[in-house]
Parts: sequence; structure tokens; C-alpha cells
Amino acid sequence: MHTTDTTTARDTTTARDTTVTRAPGPAPAGLTQNSAVRGGIGESTLRPDGTLKVTGEFAYASDLWHEDMLWGFTLRSPHAHARITSVDVSEALRTPGVYAVMTHDDLPAATRYGLEFTDTPVLADGVVRYHGEPVALVAADHPETARRAAARIHVDYDPLPLVVDEATALADDAPVLHPDRDDHHAPYVPHPNMVHRQPIKRGDVAAAEALADVVVSGEYEVGMQDQAFLGPESGLAVPAEDGGVDLYIATQWLHADLRQIAPVLGLPEDKVRMTLSGVGGAFGGREDLSMQAHACLLALRTGKPVKIVYNRFESFFGHVHRHPAKLWYEHGATRDGRLVHLKARIVLDGGAYASSSAAVVGNAASLSVGPYAVDNVDVEAVALYTNNPPCGAMRGFGAVQACFAYEAQMDKVAAELGMDPVEFRQLNAMTQGTAMPTGQVVDSPAPVAELLRRVKAMPMPPARQWESAGEGADIRALPGGLSNTTHGEGVVRGVGYAVGIKNVGFSEGFDDYSTARVRLESVGGEPVATVHTAMAEVGQGGVTVHAQIARTELGVTQVTIHPADTRVGSAGSTSASRQTYVTGGAVKNSCEAVRERVLEMGRRKFGSHHPAWATAELRLEGGKVVTDGGEALAGLADVLEDEAIDIELEWRHRPTQALDRQTGQGFGHVQYSFAAHRAVVEVDTELGLVKVIELACAQDVGKALNPLSVIGQIQGGTTQGLGLAVMEEIVVAEDGRVRNPSFTDYLIPTILDTPSIPVDVLELADDNAPYGLRGVGEAPTLSSTPAVVAAVRDATGLALSRVPVRPEHITGT
Amino acid sequence: MDFLRPAGWEEALAAKAEHPTAVPIAGGTDLMVEINFDHRRPEYLMDLNRIVELGEWEVGEDTVRLGPSVPYSRIMEHLRAELPGLALASHTVASPQIRNRGGVGGNLGTASPAGDAHPALLAAGAEVEVESVRGSRRIPIDDFYTGVKRNALAEDELIKWIHIRKADGPQQFSKVGTRNAMVIAVCAFGLALHPATRTVRTGIGSAAPTPVRAREAEEFLTAALDEGGCWENGRAVPPAVARQFAELAAGACNPIDDVRGSAKYRRHAVTVMARRTLGWTWDEFRGVRRDDNGSARCA
Repeated sequence: MHTTDTTTARDTTTARDTTVTRAPGPAPAGLTQNSAVRGGIGESTLRPDGTLKVTGEFAYASDLWHEDMLWGFTLRSPHAHARITSVDVSEALRTPGVYAVMTHDDLPAATRYGLEFTDTPVLADGVVRYHGEPVALVAADHPETARRAAARIHVDYDPLPLVVDEATALADDAPVLHPDRDDHHAPYVPHPNMVHRQPIKRGDVAAAEALADVVVSGEYEVGMQDQAFLGPESGLAVPAEDGGVDLYIATQWLHADLRQIAPVLGLPEDKVRMTLSGVGGAFGGREDLSMQAHACLLALRTGKPVKIVYNRFESFFGHVHRHPAKLWYEHGATRDGRLVHLKARIVLDGGAYASSSAAVVGNAASLSVGPYAVDNVDVEAVALYTNNPPCGAMRGFGAVQACFAYEAQMDKVAAELGMDPVEFRQLNAMTQGTAMPTGQVVDSPAPVAELLRRVKAMPMPPARQWESAGEGADIRALPGGLSNTTHGEGVVRGVGYAVGIKNVGFSEGFDDYSTARVRLESVGGEPVATVHTAMAEVGQGGVTVHAQIARTELGVTQVTIHPADTRVGSAGSTSASRQTYVTGGAVKNSCEAVRERVLEMGRRKFGSHHPAWATAELRLEGGKVVTDGGEALAGLADVLEDEAIDIELEWRHRPTQALDRQTGQGFGHVQYSFAAHRAVVEVDTELGLVKVIELACAQDVGKALNPLSVIGQIQGGTTQGLGLAVMEEIVVAEDGRVRNPSFTDYLIPTILDTPSIPVDVLELADDNAPYGLRGVGEAPTLSSTPAVVAAVRDATGLALSRVPVRPEHITGT
Repeated sequence: MDFLRPAGWEEALAAKAEHPTAVPIAGGTDLMVEINFDHRRPEYLMDLNRIVELGEWEVGEDTVRLGPSVPYSRIMEHLRAELPGLALASHTVASPQIRNRGGVGGNLGTASPAGDAHPALLAAGAEVEVESVRGSRRIPIDDFYTGVKRNALAEDELIKWIHIRKADGPQQFSKVGTRNAMVIAVCAFGLALHPATRTVRTGIGSAAPTPVRAREAEEFLTAALDEGGCWENGRAVPPAVARQFAELAAGACNPIDDVRGSAKYRRHAVTVMARRTLGWTWDEFRGVRRDDNGSARCA
């Protein structure tokens, strides 16, 4: 009898033999929860890799190893914009231990790649456009040899005039950084150095402005934040006998990498086999290629496995950053506190290559109003090509920059009206049914006012805690901490609020699907499910959630999570807060198909034994087929016997639409998510040092599939937002060079900078989404930053229109 | 790169004489970062970890003889009473892991103006005992720092001991960074009262090409305290005196604008730290402690 449904002819290796299939050294092991874990959705099951990570045992991509592998190294441009007049690799090639040196001239096939625009040279093609651009590659038998040899590549540069900001980018005589643009936005931009421009026009702003009792404007600036993931870019490419290559890699989206790598190698996609290696964080910074194509090129050139791992310094040049932004906002409101219009202009610096700048523009524009109902809107968001470091995806993706500006404006308008800033926000808060400035009516809960109410209602942390401790007062509770800069002098408390709106999933008509393969079989008399997706686990918790979904849908306890690879269809990117929604949805969908097949098998085998097989609603629960009344009809193992059900299906959320190029109107986003923060800070007003005491957060997550993971995401996002508020910035000098590419001078919050983060989770179901869930990961990053800055403004009385806020801004020095 | 591993002090001196470019390494918390970043590629590294006595200290009558490899964590734990300023400074060095490895010898060898130990050493008063095959000498800390990341060591000399005056009065150390822990100083200030000699000494970090004392500020304050009979009567330092002291301290700075902070901010911050640390040390000297509002009162 034929019962095994293999919708594809792909090999069906399960995790039980992954020790064999992940041949080269330590790929991520331990991604399967141990057999003691039982929880279905809604339970806080523990991460299978959690203990390994905190004890330093987890194998990251930087731990990959292969016998007789070579080490790749990348020679990078010291200039932000220059013509390459000559390259001499002969001395490098003569270095003992060097196997290959490659420049642009050695590329075998496509010479450019890119996420959305194919504008990024694999290796610099006669011109370098940013400080740190890859120019040449070396493969050698030792990383030190590779680095030494790279230093012996002689490159002559002829510096070119720099494009560094809007004025230099859009001048009539500006150097055009990409003269041969053929991307889909090129015909519509007013200047070739503009990547994309998205207006949003709704209502009648001029008429509304005439009715406004107060008009408040402001200019704001957001510095360049880095994802600062802890695991640097790394991967291992192993040439295969069939002329292809196997790539073990830390990335965010295997199939997007594959689509870009294969043409560069001149190989069909099925000759490039990718397996996810251990990922040490991503936050958007692994959405673009870094060393993937480089390692494969060197491996195919030398016929040997090649590993590339960036050190921390190189990592700052190896991935895109958050777009720095300049924002101009003008709000009009009536005396009774109703917002009547918004005018805004948002300028994002995309740097030398497009990356995902166009999509960031779409987000910044469509979310520019924030979670408020404003009927009259005239907004323009643009991204520029410059010779600054390329910018692209980072947690919050365009919505972070807008949120900093509109929340600063909310406080400013409220102050102008003499209203309480929270009440003013609540008065104008959007709700389910509100039309976005894109015209899209929000058709699921939007509890903006309620989230604000909740954070405001939380108890306040006690004032001047360092004093209440008496003789044993702990100066770590003070700004400056153990640096011992104050014992209370100059310290003033401030409180600030903010709320934000983020889209979930890929927008503007993108075919944002995922694929899941689910196998169900009986092993030793017990039903076992295997979930195989290409989802990149970057820390977000898919490895727990997928197992939970399979347990809930299939009524099994044993679930194996297959390592992510390209032998299964695309899962889409681990970004845009989308994986639990989309790949979680795909897993649920495939599980449902498997369940239907189980029930068909059961009816065939046992249908005559009990009438309920034909008449009742049947579920899978506790390893059995049960009726909705709870009566067990058969064990899954008895239904399956020695046959396996194996189904791979694609799953899609409801489609979105492109935004109109002139008006920005359109059903642009799949789903929205909302978070609110209350920040309590203590500021040493004399020294300009800030201690964030508490960052309370309330967020609606629709349904918390794993409540512990949800809290972790919210606290992590909150902390990343705090970093942008008070310390995190890549500083680019006037010559376009990065000044602080290290953790010595690019500061991220330590545990002493991280406050208590009480979290209030709402679960208001979105009926369009699997289980009613709402993407979690990004929303808390948005409102955290403006809440902290609002609190610092409250403490200091300063306007503070730029983040990160530096001591110089507070002290006027 | 050759790695030298002398088994004892004499062998280390001989090796340093033979290979003057050899860079000594103990905790490696600074040097290894330089090497990893490829900022430095010494011809020879000389591992001092086999020389046990470099990690030891001895508390004498007037001074503490501190081995250059004594980790900061041990200074915090064991020498808080004798070297309170240095113990406070040690608290601000990087992370617990780094404090378990790094020692004052590394700070002195690197002689970065941002080294956390320098202001405390300058304020306490110290001598650096260095030795070579030619013999040994003691370099007063005031003469030790000769330029940006340069010190008074000859190329064949190694740091053997740091002789630091035991505290005869209150000491404070304050450091500004843009993070609440694990941060390199934007600038730092050390202050030590020396009631035995009725003097005060200061040290400023990261606000000039080298660590410096604010001599004019010290002289002004010493004179003002004498004039007011303050050492005897224990009266509060008049606010005008504290302000003047702080202004003079800032005047001793010669800071730069860099990625960590502006020159203007550094001057300003030194002013604030000088004023605050004077308040804390003087209150301690007078035997008062701070009440809930941060102002002085009788104990």
C-alpha cells in the first residue's frame, strides 16, 4: 500500500544521522530539544542551544573546521572613493603558503550581486566607493600568511571627490556613483544618486494646516547604528567532486544567498548546497552577502576547502549598518489636542550600495506617522547613494528612525498644548479600523492607547535608590557606576514615554512565502515528527517554536528539528519579525497536511472499528487519534506502522500591494505590531552621564507561542534601542573613513547599562495570522530609543534632537 | 615573531639586553589587542609569567612595593587600605576577566594617557624601579611619562617594582566614560590628600598627551588649606576655593577632540571631577560622611 507522500524527490535525511551529513567539523548540533521537553504552543519551552551558548560549548560558524582547509582573507579599500589605477599581486602570489590571489579580473562569471539591486561588485571593479570595500582575496594555508600576503598586494588608488550627504549627493554636478543603473527605481528618481523616493499623500494638508491651532516642527537626526552581533561573519566552502560547492554559513536567509552566489560562481543553483552553521546574532546584518561568494570562489579556484572568518575590526566593514537619517517633521493640532496634519521629509543615507535601502524607504514613509490617526499627510522619504558605509537592514528597518522623530514631536506638541504627553498620545492613538496614511485600513487589534495606559500604570522605581541603601550604598546604581563620578551630585531623574508601530513581514507586494517539510513516522513504537525548514535560527527561537507547533498539531512529544539547508524550499529571511508568523505558519500548514494524511490512513485501517472515524471531528493528541470528545480511537504508531508521511509545502500569508509611486497609497503591509515604553532615567546633569533605571514595556503579541522567548525578544529589542539612545554610533569622518570599528569605541550596553525591564504582554489575536500571533522582535526596538531620550529631556530640559545623546549634548560642550 | 620565556629575572634582563626590541608581556590585556588588530607586530615577545615575584607585593613602612604583574583584582581585594586611589582606579579597569589578568606594569609599559592606573599613581606619589643588566634605578612617577605612549625606560630596561606611597589621607579616583562599565576613559581624575606633609597631589588621565599632575591646582589648594588653617581646624573648603581648584585642574589639561569625546567636554569633566573628588576627600578627612542630599554634615 502506498501511503508515503513525498512531494519532492529530495533526500530524506533526518537529524538522527546529521553527525554524518554535517561532515566538516562542528556545524550546529543540539538544535533538537531533549526528550524531556514536552510543551506545545503557549508554553515556555527552553532553547535546546541555550545551555551550550552560555557555557561556551555551542559551535558557531567561526568554529568550522576541515582538514587541509585554507584560510581566505580580504584586502579592503583604505579610501572611501577612488579609482584603482593598478593592482600588482605578484609579490603576494610568491609568498610561501599562498594558494590563490583573486581580483576582479579573475572572476569567472557574474561580477555583481545584491539583495534588490544588482549593484555590488564581488570585488572592486576599477573604482572603490566606500572605506572597506573588498578589492582582492587571498587563500593561504594559515590565516596569518593570508593576511601578510594581502599586505603585499600593491594597489594604486587615485582618490575621487566624495559624496557624503544630501547636498553633495544631489548637486547637479555631483559625481554619479552608479552611472549604469538598471534597477526598477532608476527611471523614477530625480537624481541618479537617489536610490529610491517614496511620497505618501493623503487628505488635504494645506486645508488642514489652516485649521490647526498649533503647528510644531522639528529637525531630528539618527546616527549610524551597528547590529553588533557577537559572532563575526564566517563560513566554510568545500569544493565538491561534481564541480559544485558546499557552503556552511552563518546567514539570515539561505536561499537569498544562494540566488546571489550561484551566478557569481557560474554554477546552477543545485550545484551550490548551503547548510546553516551556528549563527551568533544577526539583527539584519547578515541579510546581505559578506564572505559567502568570496569563500566559494577561492574554494573552486584552489580545489580546497576555504574558511573565511572576519575579526571584529573587519566585521564592522563586512556588513551593512542602520541608515543614519535626517528627519524634518511638522505637526498641526487643534487646541483640544487633535492632530490634524503631518508634513515630513526623511533622508536616509544608504551609503555606497543599495542593499535594502529601497525597502527601508518604503517602511520609513509608510510608518512615518506612527501609531496615530492623522487624516492629512504629506511625507517624502528618500535614500541616497553616498561614499559612506553601505546601510541596509537592521532591527526596526526604517521605522526606528521615524519613531525617534514622531515621538519627539508628540512630546513637543503636547507641551505646546499644555497637555500630558501620554494623554495627548492616547487621544490621537490609532485603533482597529484606522486608515494608515497609505489608505490601508488596519483590520486587527491596534491597542495603542491601552499599551500606553499599561506602561504608565506600572509602579515607579523608587527615587535615589543609591541613598536608601545607607552605608552600603551601591554606586553602581548611579550614572557612571563604578567609575565613581558622582555620589548623587548633579543627578536628576527624568521619565519619558514612547510608542511605536512596525510592520511584520516583507511588504509592498513581495512574495513572502515560506516552506516547511514535516515528516511523521513511528520509531520504536513511538510517533516522531521531523521538521525541516531553511529557516535561519539566529537566536530568535524558531527552534523551540517549530517543535512546539509540531507537538500541538500532531499530538507527538518527540520532535526533531532538521538542520536548515537548501535541500528544502526557501523559508524567507529571518527578519522583519516574520519567522514565527511565516515559517511558523508553514510548519503549521504542513503539519495540518500530515494530520489529514494520518486520518486518511486511520480511516482506511480502522474506520470500520468505530463510527467516530467517519462522523466526529478528530484530533491528534498524546500520540493518539482522539475525537473532539477526547475518546482515543487509535495510537499513531498503530496507524503509521512502518510507513512515514513526509510532506513539503509552501505557505503564504495574504498578499500585499506595492505603494503608489506618487501617493504611497496601497495595502502595503501584512500586519502591524505595537509596543510602548516608559523610561526612567537618572542623569548626571553636570557630567552628561545617563543611567537608565527602568525601561518598562507593554507589547501586544497576538499570541505568545513561547512566552519566555517573547520576553527575551522584548528585553533584547528594548536594550538595543537603549544603545541607540545613549551610546551606539559608527562615527564616519569627513573623508568617509570609519573611526571606531571596534568594541573599544563602538559601545554597546553592558549589563550595568541595562535596566530592569518589566514587560506586560498583551495577547489580542490577529485573525489573519497563524494562532493569531503577531511578530515580536522589532517593535520594542522602536519605542525604547525615544522613551529614553524623552526621559533625558525631562531630566535636563534640553531639546536633544539627535541620537545617540552624548555627554557633550547634555553639557553643552 | 619569536617568543622568549625567561625562567627568572636575571635571564629576562639578559634577554632584554640581547633583544632590545623584545616587548614584555604579562597579562597581555593590552598588547594582545594591539597584535590581534595588527597594529603591532613585535619582533620578539618576552613572556614574564614565569617570574613569580613580579606578581607579588609587599607592604612596607611608608610604601607598598607592588609587582608590575599583580592583577587589578588583587589590588582591589588586598590593597584597598594602603592604596585606596589605585584600588578605586582598578575597579574601573575593563571587565572582571581583564582585571584578573592585567596589572599596573602593563599600564606603565604602554604609557597610554588613558591608562586607568596613572592618575592614581601620580596622586599617591610613586617611583618606578627599573632594571637592566647595567644596573637598576628608580624613576619618580612625575618623570616617567615622556610622550604619547612613551615612557622613560631605556630599551634594555624592564619594570621590576612600583613603589607607591601608602595613603596618609583620603584618596579618590573618578573616571568619565560614555558607558557605565567596561569603558576606556574619556578622561579621569585622581586626588590624594597628604595630611602628613599638608600637601595634595593630583593626576589627570586622557586629557593631555601624557598623564599629568595639575601642579598649579595642587599648589593653590595646598596654600589655601594652609592659609585657612584647614588641616588643623577641619573646616569645610570654601566653595570659591573648590571652584578655583577645579578651574586650575582643567587648566592643566591639553586635550584633543577624538571619537571618545571633545576637548571642551574633557576640560569641563575634569573641572567637575576635581571639585567633586575634593569634596569627598576633604569630607572624609574631616570625619564627616555624606548625608542623603550629598552635602556634608558632622558624623
